[in-house]
Amino acid sequence: MKKYILDFIIEDNQHLSDIYSLLILKPATGDTLPEIHPGQFVQISIDDSKTTFLRRPISINYVDRNNNSMWLLVRKAGEGTSHLTAMPIGSVINIILPLGNSFSIPENQSDRILLIGGGVGVAPMLYWGSYLKEHGYNPEFLLGARSAKDILELEYFQNIGTVHISTEDGSLGEKGLVTSHSILKDRISMIYCCGPAPMMKAVAKVANTIGAGCEVSLENMMACGLGACLCCVENTVKGNVCVCTEGPVFNINQLTWQI
Amino acid sequence: MANLAVNIGNLSLKNPVLTASGTFGYGEEFSDFIDLNRLGGFIIKGTTINHREGNPYPRMIETPSGMLNAVGLQNKGVDYFINNIYPRIKDVDSNVIVNVSGATVDDYIAVCEKLAPLDKINAIEVNISCPNVKQGGMAFGTTCDGAAQVAKAVRQAFPKTVIIKLSPNVTDITEIARAVEAEGADAVSLINTLLGMSIDIERQRPHLSTITGGLSGPAVRPVAVRMVWQVSHAVKIPVIGLGGIMNGLDAIEFILAGACAIQVGTANFIDPSVTMKIIDYMDDYCNRHGINDINEIVGLI
Repeated sequence: MKKYILDFIIEDNQHLSDIYSLLILKPATGDTLPEIHPGQFVQISIDDSKTTFLRRPISINYVDRNNNSMWLLVRKAGEGTSHLTAMPIGSVINIILPLGNSFSIPENQSDRILLIGGGVGVAPMLYWGSYLKEHGYNPEFLLGARSAKDILELEYFQNIGTVHISTEDGSLGEKGLVTSHSILKDRISMIYCCGPAPMMKAVAKVANTIGAGCEVSLENMMACGLGACLCCVENTVKGNVCVCTEGPVFNINQLTWQI
Repeated sequence: MANLAVNIGNLSLKNPVLTASGTFGYGEEFSDFIDLNRLGGFIIKGTTINHREGNPYPRMIETPSGMLNAVGLQNKGVDYFINNIYPRIKDVDSNVIVNVSGATVDDYIAVCEKLAPLDKINAIEVNISCPNVKQGGMAFGTTCDGAAQVAKAVRQAFPKTVIIKLSPNVTDITEIARAVEAEGADAVSLINTLLGMSIDIERQRPHLSTITGGLSGPAVRPVAVRMVWQVSHAVKIPVIGLGGIMNGLDAIEFILAGACAIQVGTANFIDPSVTMKIIDYMDDYCNRHGINDINEIVGLI
């Protein structure tokens, strides 16, 4: 897929909570958004930040073709992402996209498919879920977070399919981690998961136990995002590979996780 | 239009802009963003006799105005390069320079001998300055004897242009430069990364799996400019300057300090099209200053 460097204008910046923002972006040049596959990410240049030197990789949350806009869900983690979440509407940011691979299409439309997102890891699941729905699948979601206020974009997920929820404090859905949710006792064919590494490893273990296929989306620290710097490597059955080009989505069979 | 063409030994570059090894993959990774044919040349990432997996993750941490890396020469080995990569890039209308690395002198010789017959490879850059490998690498580049030993061996094994890439992690870089010049190196490039370290104070452990790593980016630029200036006064062979060049202004600074060509490294990660902007800036700079030929200002300081 051809990659582009494009300026985007921030059409909206919705502060979903004190640490999460939903940025709605349109190409500043008036161009049509390039082809983007679910699971891919962008590299954003953070200008005017004293300490941010490299671009920041951010997962693509949703692509709204009707509005020619791209959604990014950003969690304040450090200086760079704090700067991003605070950017006013109308600001212009420079983005390299689309980067990385994408989730693989499930085998059968009748398969029971579960998309699991933890915290800001729900981001790629919205676009992936909507893509699956459009293509005749019936994706279900399992969203996990510390507390009800950290469950993001719930209404959008509910528009696509059944949503199951786990919160650590029990303020919404079942109390506990996603891996202890009762939905995982059902017969599931395929799990797609994005979230913190310990969560993905725990989900991968459950997938193995219940005999479900499983793909995870990794977020190793990156410099270039283009496969040039070799910084973001993950150890796989093929050796060290770049998460930015061979991933971010990996089948757990390809990883060397001890699960 | 000013003349931007420069020579490094017998190697002719259409302009002084090269890309630094390890920051530009095999060039192909950047072909969506730039016209590779416009580059003075590009330097293939560190290539060794055998496949190397490199160091464990985490290998990179962002630092003030720069980054530390500890990739550790991950590459698929010289045979893979020759059989799989070379056929895809050999028709680019630009110089393809291979960065050669090794743990022993024999390793360097073996890689050079495999590369020498390739028509498109008219130059190699010899890495005696990688801070991220246990054996070889920087160990050769931090003593005059070690540097001379490698320079002598590759000079015999590779008949075309030999560039030796120098480490800044030494007391006096001019001594190393003189040592490789004496063994017949055609040019030197400097600087490789500065050895650095960063600690995650919350977890109370180093950010990198290898504890230390190589610092690059604009943070190192003044050190690099100083070393280029010193070395260009110490040797007669051409000096290729690199270290934190982010734009055309920085590139001109290195030229004035004594570099006849420059390499763009870390900046490729932030703006994959930056090399094109640097070439355009150089032309514009020459025109603004009434310079007909960029060679007129090499080492003006």
